[in-house]
Amino acid sequence: MAPRVELVGITRRFGALTANAGVDLTLESGVIHALLGENGAGKSTLVKILYGLLQPDAGEIRIDGRPVRFDSPRAARAAGIGMVFQHFSLFEDFTALENIAVSIPGAVADRRLRARVAAKAAEFGLAIDLDRPVHSLSAGERQRIEILRALMLDPRVLVLDEPTSVLTPAETELLFRTIEAVARAGAAVLFISHKLEEVRRLCSAATILRAGRVVARVDPRATPAKALASLMVGTGIADLRAAPAHALGAPVLVVEGLSVAPEGAHGIALERLDLAVRAGEIVAIAGVAGNGQSEFYAALSGEAGAVRAGRIAIAGLDVTRAGINARRRAGAAFVPEARLGQATLPQASLAENVALSWHATEDLGQPLLDRGRLGAIAQAVIGAFDVRPAAPAAPAAALSGGNLQKYIVGREIAREPALIVIDQPSWGVDARAATHIRQTLIDLAGRGAAILVITQDLDEALDLADRIAVMRGGRLSVPIPARGASRETIGMMMTGAPAAEAVPA
Amino acid sequence: MTETLPLILATILTAATPLMIAALGEHVVERAGVINLGVEGMMIVGAASGFAVAVLADSSPLGLLAGLLAGLGLAVAFGLAVVVFATNQVATGLALTILGLGLAGLVGQGFVGQPRAAMAPLAIPLLAEIPVVGPALFTGDPVFFLSLGLVALVAFVLSRTRLGLLLRAAGENQDSAHALGLPVMRLRFAAILFGGAMAGLAGAYLSLIYTRFWSPGMSAGRGWIALALVVFAGGKVWRLVFGAYLFGGITVAQLHAQAGAIGLPSQLLSALPYVMTIAALLALSLGGRKGQGAAGSLGQPFVPER
Repeated sequence: MAPRVELVGITRRFGALTANAGVDLTLESGVIHALLGENGAGKSTLVKILYGLLQPDAGEIRIDGRPVRFDSPRAARAAGIGMVFQHFSLFEDFTALENIAVSIPGAVADRRLRARVAAKAAEFGLAIDLDRPVHSLSAGERQRIEILRALMLDPRVLVLDEPTSVLTPAETELLFRTIEAVARAGAAVLFISHKLEEVRRLCSAATILRAGRVVARVDPRATPAKALASLMVGTGIADLRAAPAHALGAPVLVVEGLSVAPEGAHGIALERLDLAVRAGEIVAIAGVAGNGQSEFYAALSGEAGAVRAGRIAIAGLDVTRAGINARRRAGAAFVPEARLGQATLPQASLAENVALSWHATEDLGQPLLDRGRLGAIAQAVIGAFDVRPAAPAAPAAALSGGNLQKYIVGREIAREPALIVIDQPSWGVDARAATHIRQTLIDLAGRGAAILVITQDLDEALDLADRIAVMRGGRLSVPIPARGASRETIGMMMTGAPAAEAVPA
Repeated sequence: MTETLPLILATILTAATPLMIAALGEHVVERAGVINLGVEGMMIVGAASGFAVAVLADSSPLGLLAGLLAGLGLAVAFGLAVVVFATNQVATGLALTILGLGLAGLVGQGFVGQPRAAMAPLAIPLLAEIPVVGPALFTGDPVFFLSLGLVALVAFVLSRTRLGLLLRAAGENQDSAHALGLPVMRLRFAAILFGGAMAGLAGAYLSLIYTRFWSPGMSAGRGWIALALVVFAGGKVWRLVFGAYLFGGITVAQLHAQAGAIGLPSQLLSALPYVMTIAALLALSLGGRKGQGAAGSLGQPFVPER
């Protein structure tokens, strides 16, 4: 019998970049197959081709042995391919039921559909309130809607693109049970992730992509995570070096009883946050995305947020009501999550982007900018952080995610801040650059700076931090020492167990 | 007073009906995620074409149909530009309004100042006999009754039918809609055609029923008020109806105030509906509902990745 899906020699180019180069992938019914690779390895391009969102330049798709052409998602869906997107493809103002109705040919959100959806939800053990608008739902609930929507079509192939990145550990467990049920029902499942431990638990086959090519096909259950990682990255990555032993200084960042009003209708209110970060210390804020981390970052940087109560002090200076430039003058540096548009101007050169944060503390020329000086600063950052292309005149938007993030972090560190607040330091950054950035932060702490890292990546928090606090529903847990803390402990804190109980005795 | 009150009520309805029809069309367009700033242009072309055809054929119904078709014609051009070629919707809409004003002057050239008889009113049996309210609400031109039917139809289609669901999906999140295999472009084109037809009909109503003459520039910013009404409605059809009659009422009230010589300059009174438009939008914005009710993908050109 022919396999359920065969992708043969798929090639896709975007300008000079070859995202997929002759990729072969075979999916069998009833098998959960992992697609592994770093950011930019070509995973998303490949599944978009399978789902009809992109057309291949060369290659063939076969379903049950028959060649097919998907010129739109509609054609792919008609052939039984269901997709659960990484960034949910839901309609915010619609109810859950309406969101599902949209995807079913001929359906409207009526009683008949509700009965069918409820039956399907019960079959796979998915608990969903069908009448609430999606914008009021948590990430886990949204994902259940996405999955239910895909299941309503009785898919013969189910593709899940990084489905666990926004889930708590408990929600992840629930998701895995659903995926296993789908596979048992006979569908071929393609599971895209870069969380290797999850892949090793869930999947019985894996295809590994690197730079658009298949580099290995392995049984993930029989392959150690370390081996999978080096297949993804190519060569082994250096381990992080701990900073030399150093004494912690006085608190540089002090947050006391900070409450911030929610931004907009769907925003999260911050409730009585307390936190102190001392000189030479790295503190990480972990938690599932959307629990107030972005709001906390905005309140710390002074970009947004109406402070209702409490205070923020940087290096002993009360900056609760101060703007971002006053905070920079107090010795702080900020690296926001959005690299293009917030941390940099996409079309401005790297040299010009220096002015974005440096202008607060440095005289960069009056009234005309001293371009020579900007270029020299950019060149120094590029050299120190191995940024490619090594051209101060290159526009920010031309850099890859990893290189741009190295440049932004480098630009801030070159200001020699006493405090750096960094939101998602390695989101969408390749493993090599992520390691480089983490090492830089560790070294900076070793030189006596206070560092606050906000991250969704639990491993990053455990690797980097001296202490970890968890953000949940706009509240911050008491920080616990990272040494000795386990993923399970912090996972429990994410789901609401108080820190005191979560700390192992 | 009991004799003039029905008359005033009837005038309010006549003043409100074109606003409501045009706004209803634009409401559907915006639900589908497109903003059409060409409503004013479509209305004035509808007014000129409708009046010209009505005079030439000596038939107001034919004139109304011609106005509707003229709006439809402009909508085809607008749809080709913003949907097929993904041009900037704001710039294209503004260009359409300017084009419409010129085009209408050309079409209506030979018809300036010609009078046109009123259409025979329809009276709903029994209900029209009710004192005061009856003659005002249940006796009127056919288009008034048609507009009420259209409101009910649009509300029903948008909230209850598959077509409405898909249309709102295309407006709420164009990328998700595309990823689910919905024909985003076709849905938007259809919505634009409906909006154009309504704007054209509203224009013909102005020249054939409201004023009963043609003069260049006679739409006098009503297309813009219709656009403001759509914002005011915030995605709810009943609010759109309420808003249209409120503005109709203000328009008529200022006419009466001018006639009654209450000592304010007439220009100030004429400006009242427009001042009220700004005030209403301001009140909505200050009420903390900024951006609420608008479709998520409103105004974004849709170009699917290939």
